[in-house]
Amino acid sequence: MRVPLSWLQEFVDLVVPLDTLVERLTLAGLEVSAVEHVGADWPRDKLLVGQVLEVKPHPQADRLVLAVVDIGRGAPLTAVTGAPNLRPGDRGQKVAVACEGAELWDGTSAVPRRMTLRRARIRGVESVAMLCSEKELGLSDDHSEVLLLDPEAPVGRPLQDVLGETVLEVELTPNLARAHCVVGLAREVAALTGQRLRGWPPPDPLAAGPHQARTSFVTVHSADPQLCPRYSAALIENVRLGPSPLWLRQRLRLSGMRPINNVVDITNYCMLETGQPLHAFDYETLQLRQGIVVRPAAAGERLRTLDGVERVLAEGMLLITDDRGPIALAGIMGGEDTEVTARTRHVLLESANFHFLSIRRTAQRLRLTTEAGQRFGRGVDSTLTVPALLRAARLMERLAGGRLHPEIADTYPLPPAPKTIALRPAEVRRLLGMDFAVAELQRLLEALEFRCTPRHDTEGAYLDVEVPSYRLDVSIPADLVEEVARLHGYDAIPETLLRDVLPPQRSQPLLEGVERTRDILVGCGLTEVISYSLTSLETVRRSVVDAATVDAAAYLRLANPISQEREVLRRSLLPSLLETLRTNSRFRKRLLFFEIGRVYEPQPGEELPREPRRLGIALSGPLLPPSWHYHGESPEQLGYTHLKGIVETLCQRLNVPEVRFVPASHPSLLPGRTAALELGGQRLGILGELHPQVRERFDLPDQPVALLELDLEQLLAHRQPRRYQRLSRFPAVLEDMALVVDAEVPAQAVADAIRTAGGELLRQVTLFDLYTGDPIPPGKKSLAFSLVFQADDRSLSEDEVRVLYRRIQQHAAATLGAQPRQ
Amino acid sequence: MAETPLVEQLVTLRQQALAELAQLADLNALDAWRIRYLGRKGALRQVLRDLGRLPPAQRPRAGQVSNEVKEALEAAFAARVQAVKQAQLEAALARERLDVTLPGYPVSLGRLHPSTQTLREIVAIFADMGFQVFESREVETDLYNFELLNIPPYHPARDMWDTFYLNERVVLRTHTSPGQIRAMQAYCPHPIRVVLPGMCYRYEAVTARSEIMFHQVEGLAVGTHVTMADLKGVLVTFARRMFGEQRRVRFRCSHFPFTEPSVEVDIDCLVCSGQGCAVCKHTGWVEILGAGMVHPQVLRNGGYDPEVFTGFAFGLGPERIAMLKYGIDDIRYFFSNDLRFLEQFG
Repeated sequence: MRVPLSWLQEFVDLVVPLDTLVERLTLAGLEVSAVEHVGADWPRDKLLVGQVLEVKPHPQADRLVLAVVDIGRGAPLTAVTGAPNLRPGDRGQKVAVACEGAELWDGTSAVPRRMTLRRARIRGVESVAMLCSEKELGLSDDHSEVLLLDPEAPVGRPLQDVLGETVLEVELTPNLARAHCVVGLAREVAALTGQRLRGWPPPDPLAAGPHQARTSFVTVHSADPQLCPRYSAALIENVRLGPSPLWLRQRLRLSGMRPINNVVDITNYCMLETGQPLHAFDYETLQLRQGIVVRPAAAGERLRTLDGVERVLAEGMLLITDDRGPIALAGIMGGEDTEVTARTRHVLLESANFHFLSIRRTAQRLRLTTEAGQRFGRGVDSTLTVPALLRAARLMERLAGGRLHPEIADTYPLPPAPKTIALRPAEVRRLLGMDFAVAELQRLLEALEFRCTPRHDTEGAYLDVEVPSYRLDVSIPADLVEEVARLHGYDAIPETLLRDVLPPQRSQPLLEGVERTRDILVGCGLTEVISYSLTSLETVRRSVVDAATVDAAAYLRLANPISQEREVLRRSLLPSLLETLRTNSRFRKRLLFFEIGRVYEPQPGEELPREPRRLGIALSGPLLPPSWHYHGESPEQLGYTHLKGIVETLCQRLNVPEVRFVPASHPSLLPGRTAALELGGQRLGILGELHPQVRERFDLPDQPVALLELDLEQLLAHRQPRRYQRLSRFPAVLEDMALVVDAEVPAQAVADAIRTAGGELLRQVTLFDLYTGDPIPPGKKSLAFSLVFQADDRSLSEDEVRVLYRRIQQHAAATLGAQPRQ
Repeated sequence: MAETPLVEQLVTLRQQALAELAQLADLNALDAWRIRYLGRKGALRQVLRDLGRLPPAQRPRAGQVSNEVKEALEAAFAARVQAVKQAQLEAALARERLDVTLPGYPVSLGRLHPSTQTLREIVAIFADMGFQVFESREVETDLYNFELLNIPPYHPARDMWDTFYLNERVVLRTHTSPGQIRAMQAYCPHPIRVVLPGMCYRYEAVTARSEIMFHQVEGLAVGTHVTMADLKGVLVTFARRMFGEQRRVRFRCSHFPFTEPSVEVDIDCLVCSGQGCAVCKHTGWVEILGAGMVHPQVLRNGGYDPEVFTGFAFGLGPERIAMLKYGIDDIRYFFSNDLRFLEQFG
């Protein structure tokens, strides 16, 4: 909300410096996000109020005139101007006169540009000053004519003093609807600076009533008091439409609204001032035999709103109707047929109250955001209709030459129930941790116009607090505690550290496991990434060899995606890892990433999906960063085995033994270079090298990409507690064993066979060589293991080791057809 | 008195040996010299063999001279060996001199994402005050994300959150606050002290200052003696540990439907220390979090009697905190995973 300070000052005295005011408002919850000084850049000595003494035709040019202006000092100045609102013979107008050397905005430039005024000869006539347009002053984009000041503007005064203004921009949270107007803000300022609100409501002989629903010019009726608790209307006869005076246009504009004509401007002005939206109907366009009826729409009713859009209304949308049908969308926008035009003579002014939910729902369904709709949608005080109506009507009398009809139409079927809340000092202390005396509470609340009655009962003194009608946001004691706190100031509340009992502290193995996983992977050289949980089916399809394998129905889809790239919740980390590779492969060859993030799996018959946490890894490029040690790029490329090494390290460090790698297939990965990670017969994840077709689709360079994805929560669930292994005092015996097997036999199977046969005394089995080729027969391979034998209670004899060694060879031969290599 | 021939022979031997020795620069040659002159069959021994044949009167003199020669040769030899070794060492050092400024062998260590680092810092600070992590889901019902937090359908407060919907009843959580309700329902009737970190989503245009996805850390304390003063103490402690002990902290009245009273917390601007600059929009203050006393209705929705229990809650954004702390000017870097960004942290 933008509020010109001079307007605010009509309702409250500003007794503190502006900085202090801004800080107090901000700390009290009315955040002042900007202070704008309009006219601060106007030179005080070169931009003055002038009066036109004479307008003469230009001797050389039909479309130019010579304006002679008095600026209250020296001889009158002559300015050449082409403005259409100054014609030969005119005199007496007050104008903004820029003298030589004044810096202004360039009125003819399409983009904002500064210029310095110079003396100039225009078609042979010397022009020593300029009469400014609004654009040249930076007030608006209007450069069609010169700005005419109010007739009362004193000649010779710096323009800054007449037209300069300070505008506060205030951010209002939804609970501050009451302050969404000049009067409301003034009320807050008064409370925060120890002043009283003044000038509101303005005294008016018609204010007291009683008012009737039926008057001589209209009968008003609310068909649904819940939706329309009050409807008031006045008739202003014989208005003359025209432009509003400058001060009013200026305030509207500084508040962010566009001036239209005096009648419409006055309704907007009063809305900005009082918070009560008003609407002006052209009285002679209405059919009022039945009067005005406020009622919910029937399905399919139509209304052309004054933005020119023909709207088809849904059942329940609240309408203002006359005999013929809808004339306005209640609280949001008027109808085109009944709007005020240049021909309007009599104005029926509406000032009503509507339920915020109804207005919000309608505005949202029609996607129609208006100033009125926003205000009603946050809630407006229903006692406000008549004071606001009278304020606007009197302004119309003053500024549009109308005459207010002495009757006010008013139906008020649902006045608000008065609210009284009991507030005890104990409650304030319980919430704030600070003591307040009853008298202090009363003082603070009364500054905010809460009426307080001190009471006493068995529990001690307390206050009965009567809530003002405009405080729609206050209904429970905690609301009053907030008022006390913000008026007293949060600074004054002490700082303590919780003295409540410390709740039970629980062990959190999953969270600790996740963080441990991160640390292990960072230690393995991987950099953590976090990517969007939202992706597109297109990206998912691109990440697999055969797009037809993607089941679109398995994905959770946003009902209101913000872009096509982010339309579904991911079910896998792989597509975003591929995108991360692409992002970085433009400037890096060596890429090692991991991500720990959730995927989203809808469950049949469940409203909410599973959200298991996955681990994803992507590796590609040289094993090590470039270095002089190996003359540039590391010769070794990252691939499947490096990834497997990382997974093995992770499992070791997390102490998840028994993990198996089983040849497998995956829609994104290369057959023959893909393994499933299994544990106890359960598949936890997949690792392998990316299929070249997919690699190309992600514009990745021609180098292997190794990928992993596993269910991290399941993996962590299999962590075993660490057990200390006693260190043997007896020597270990080291032996090598080379076995020749069929090429298809997995190395894991050979190692398993060795371990099985080796039993408890075989402490370690390490593959140190894999060999094919001469003299190993084709179709065979040689695997060489180093074996460590050791006992805890004795030195192993040569014989013992020899027996074991032979037993291992025999077992490998029997189960895998392995032959000792000669 | 003239010397005997033997003595003269010894003197000549010494001269010759020392002259030869001076020429040698190699340990093998030195060894050969030693054998030639000082060895068992060396030149010195050869001369001394004739000592017995000298007349007894000449023997002491000859013996004395021979000892002198032997000692002189041995001493010269030792010195020479020492010198040659030193020279060799120096030559070797000169040969093997290392450019100690050469870059070392690459060590490959990864990095944590800046959001993770910041989350860990936040969680650790609150852990010291007894707050444990509680996690809750990202895909939430409208009921938990809004209604149980005192935000009924179509309520004006809904404007504060632009929401991604899956359908009319299910949303991507717009804040970690639904975790408050889930924590209360899990722990009622015990007192609570938890922080709830997690990912949140907003239907917003992606700009330098706003993202559709971001982390949040919610905090919640519920008990029979939890006050606004406690909230202040806890948050001031957090702000000073996170941003520096000398930070000034201020509490500003604000509004959240699920807390009453509600505040926002500012610290003096890290860039200008409160003098006013572009980062703090010339106010001298930057906002770091929102907080308040848990609304009685929200306590009730979590199963707690608001007449007996009070609570406070707060919510902060790790990305925002990282931006303030490191001077990052564009939130979009966090999830675009550009290594040039990620490698600046950790």
